[in-house]
Formats: sequence, C-alpha cells, structure tokens
Amino acid sequence: MADAAAVRGPGLDVAKARGNFPPLAEEARPGVPLRYFDSAATALKPSTVIESVRECMAEYPANVHRGLHVLSERATEAFEGARARIALFLGVDDPAQVIFTRGTTEAINLVARSWGKMALRPGDAIVVSELEHHANLVPWQMIAAETGAVLRYVALNDDLEYDLDSFDRLFDDGRVRMVATTGMSNVSGVRPPIEEIVRRARDRGARVLIDAAQSLAHERLDVARMGVDFAAFSGHKVFGPTGVGVLYGKRELLEAMEPVLGGGNMVLRVERDRAVWNELPDKFEAGTPPIAEVIGLGAAIEYIESLDADAVARHERTLIDHAHARLREVEGFRLLGPWGTAGKGPIVGFTMDGTHPHDLSHLLDRYGIAIRAGHHCAMPLHARLGIPASARASFALYNTTEEIDLLAEALGSIKTMLRRR
Amino acid sequence: MDDPLYREEILDHYYSSPYRGRLDRPDHACDLDNPFCGDQIHVELTVEGDRIQEVRFDGKGCVISQAATSLVAERLEGATVQEALQLGPADVVKLLGMPLTPTRMKCGLLGWKAIQKALTPTDVAV
Repeated sequence: MADAAAVRGPGLDVAKARGNFPPLAEEARPGVPLRYFDSAATALKPSTVIESVRECMAEYPANVHRGLHVLSERATEAFEGARARIALFLGVDDPAQVIFTRGTTEAINLVARSWGKMALRPGDAIVVSELEHHANLVPWQMIAAETGAVLRYVALNDDLEYDLDSFDRLFDDGRVRMVATTGMSNVSGVRPPIEEIVRRARDRGARVLIDAAQSLAHERLDVARMGVDFAAFSGHKVFGPTGVGVLYGKRELLEAMEPVLGGGNMVLRVERDRAVWNELPDKFEAGTPPIAEVIGLGAAIEYIESLDADAVARHERTLIDHAHARLREVEGFRLLGPWGTAGKGPIVGFTMDGTHPHDLSHLLDRYGIAIRAGHHCAMPLHARLGIPASARASFALYNTTEEIDLLAEALGSIKTMLRRR
Repeated sequence: MDDPLYREEILDHYYSSPYRGRLDRPDHACDLDNPFCGDQIHVELTVEGDRIQEVRFDGKGCVISQAATSLVAERLEGATVQEALQLGPADVVKLLGMPLTPTRMKCGLLGWKAIQKALTPTDVAV
C-alpha cells in the first residue's frame, strides 16, 4: 500500500493526501479545477481503494465461500479479511458481529424489521430526532405502523442540538424500547453527545442504534466500549465503494433476531418446507454479497487507519472554523445550526437570502465547486426550519482553506449576478 | 462568471412573472412537488371551448422551475388544449433557450408537468 504509506506517520500532509485522490487532479470543466465540497454525499476514493477493487475484479473475480478452487479461496480470504479489519476498527473482537449490507439504509431497515418485529408491542416508543436522515426515520415509521409502536422526537434547541433534559423525560412512562440517533447530522453537522445518550438510554433499559453514516469518516466509533446495541454505516462515505455498508449488532441480539432476507448462504440446511438458519454473520447475508465492494471497503478502513487521526481532526476543525469565518461575511448567508464548532463535524448547511439552493449549486458548479442542494433526505428538519431546501458544503481531509476562500468569493459573485434588476 | 441559463429574461420571469397569481374561477388546477429540491408549484387555467384563456401559477422554488413555468404559461395562453397537451419536454427546453442537465430537467419540467396533469382527465378506471 505505497499510497497509504505516503501519508502515514504523525501529522497530515494535505498536499500529499490530495495526491491519493485522483479526481482532485482533474478539472471539473475545461480550465476549472475541481473543488469538492460534497463528501457528506459521497467521499472521494483514494487510489488504494480503487486498486483493491480493480485487483479483485481482475485477479480473483470468484464467488466467496464454498468454493474450493484457488480463486474462490483468495476471494474468501480477502472478503473475510475485510470483515475482520472492520470489526477491529469498530473495537469489536468478533467479526461475526459485522454484517454486510448494501448500505446504512439497508442496515437500519434490517434492525427495524427484524429486531422491531421481535421487540415492539403496541404503545412502545422509538426515540428519534428531527436531525435524522430519512434512512433513520422511515424504517421506524414503517415498523411502528406494523406493530402499534409510536415515534417520539428528541426536542432540539435553536442551534439544532439535543435538549438532554427533555430527552430524559421521554423515558418517564417506561415505554421507550429503542433510541435511534444520528452520530452527525447530514444537514448541519451537529454531533449529538452519543456517549451520554447511550448511557442514559441504557440506564432506562432502551436499546440504542447509532446511524454513523456521517460521523464515521471523521471520528472513531468504539461500539463495544460505548455499549451501543446497533450501529450502521455506508462504505462510500468512508472513502470506500458504493453498494456496501455495515450493520454492527450485539451478539445476543443478532442471535435472537430473525433474518429478513431468505436465500442462499443464510441457511445451514433446507428441507422441502423449512430451513435452518446459518450462524452469524451469514444468517443476515442472503445471496452473493458485493465482494469487490467489501474488499474495497476494507481498503478504505485501512486508509483511515493509516492516517494520524488527531491531525485529521485538527485539519477538519481548521476547515470548519475557516468556513464559518469566511462565509459569515457573505451577504445573505444564513448558517443552519450552531456557529460554535465544538459540537459539530465538517459540514456547513446554509441558505442564502433570496436565492434558492438549487440555483446556488448550479452556479457554483460553473466555478468547479461541488456542493449539494435540496432537503438532503431530511424533510422533517427542513419543515421545522420552515425552508423547502438548503445548501450544504461538506469537507474532508483533502479540502483546503484556499478552496473555502474560493467558495466564499463565488457565493458573493453569484449573489451579485442573481440580483433583481 | 455569467451563465446563459440565468440571463436577464429568465430572471425577469422568475422575479416578476405576469403569470404569477391566482384566478377567481379556474377550470383546471394542479399542485406538484419536486421531492428532489423541495420545489412546489400550483397551476390554474381557464378554458373556453377548446382554447386556454388564462394560465396562472404560484409556488416556491428555484429560478429554473419558476421561470420555466412562467415561460410555459406565456406560450399556452391562447393556445388550444390540444396544443398544450402536445407540448413536450423538448419544447420547454426550447423556451428556456438552454439545454438542462438531467437533475435540472426535474426543475425545468415541474410547471409543465403540472399543467399537463391539470388538463388531463383523471377519472381513469383502475
């Protein structure tokens, strides 16, 4: 892994790190370099990840498990090696607690359908928040409708942070069975105090699911130490391929849960009218898995591990501080969420007075600047804010303060260009 | 940097369209949302015989969705219902005077789609 070695060691050489991400050397359009501020939608992939996927497809494109030929054995070894690496990354001893899914969405659906069906009774409550991505809301709405359970929302303050006092009161009637919370808002970057939430929820006998889709690219999630019951994340937001994600679950829960998908691999024995489920993790992995993608995800986690996590965190903090300082000077700029950067990740959600986010995003693209616009699959949050859509610039370790200066300047120019004449 | 899609004529349609508003007694109406960007459009039409008399729209959204609706309204006032139903996505792009990317297409066609729906009988047996 020569590329990873290039950035290994203390500190973060951003210029060197950028060299690992091929799109950053390309022009967004002729003569205009790419300024990529859309990592919260999908992160760029380092060349080690790209190479691992290529290598799998070119050199050992075999199916995993049960193959007795050399290619299948190599594929199985790489595939299960990725699982083991991911388990260690999450602070988990047992790789069987790492279930591969298509992504965060499928992982949360699996928990809602399987654990929810088993555990929820009419009148039980699932605690969520308005910060949630639809992936951590709709599956709970669906299973609530099916079981007679109800959703309860954590109150948010004006900075869109959890109000922990009212959070406690949600448990007063003893009906909360699950707290499903984001680790980082994909709209505002707000990071709820996960450790505290896990502690309080567990004290009251509730299970906790962490939607780590946004947070995991920026901070480690030690699931075993924290005692979370379930955690979900997507490969493509942690510098890996699309089409693969992970569900972590506590062993006793995963053992008790029924599979959601039936088919090959998830069974030990199939008779004419019944089947016996396979062991973990296979019980939840019916069908041929996304093999190259899993291997690519393993390479992505290896890339993250090769970085100096503290240096990356410092750099990301510099980026968010710089973005706040520069963008608040732009006329009409309105930040969603807190100006303080202590409790938030490197995401700037915003609106511009009088300008629709879609027009902003379209025009920023002329400058080679990639941001995202829309409701970001968080319609309840936008309803609360009373806006139909917002714009979002999200940063990763490969972004620079100079790029953020260009964003601020471009926003100013667009504001002038779109003025009412 | 200028963008021909956001030229003055389009911005005029966005900021001060003469077709923005409501009718007293519309014969046809339709509400549509664009779930991708949160755009909303409401269109109303009056029809006499087979000819469209007035088209009005109301809504929130980006320059492209609102201006395109205004351009379609301008094109259709005085046209026949038949002509309106024959107006296709390519015609809307022509009215905007610029090609749209697939994502912006959803914005550009929102008002057009609402007008098509408003003029299409919905009592279909299922």
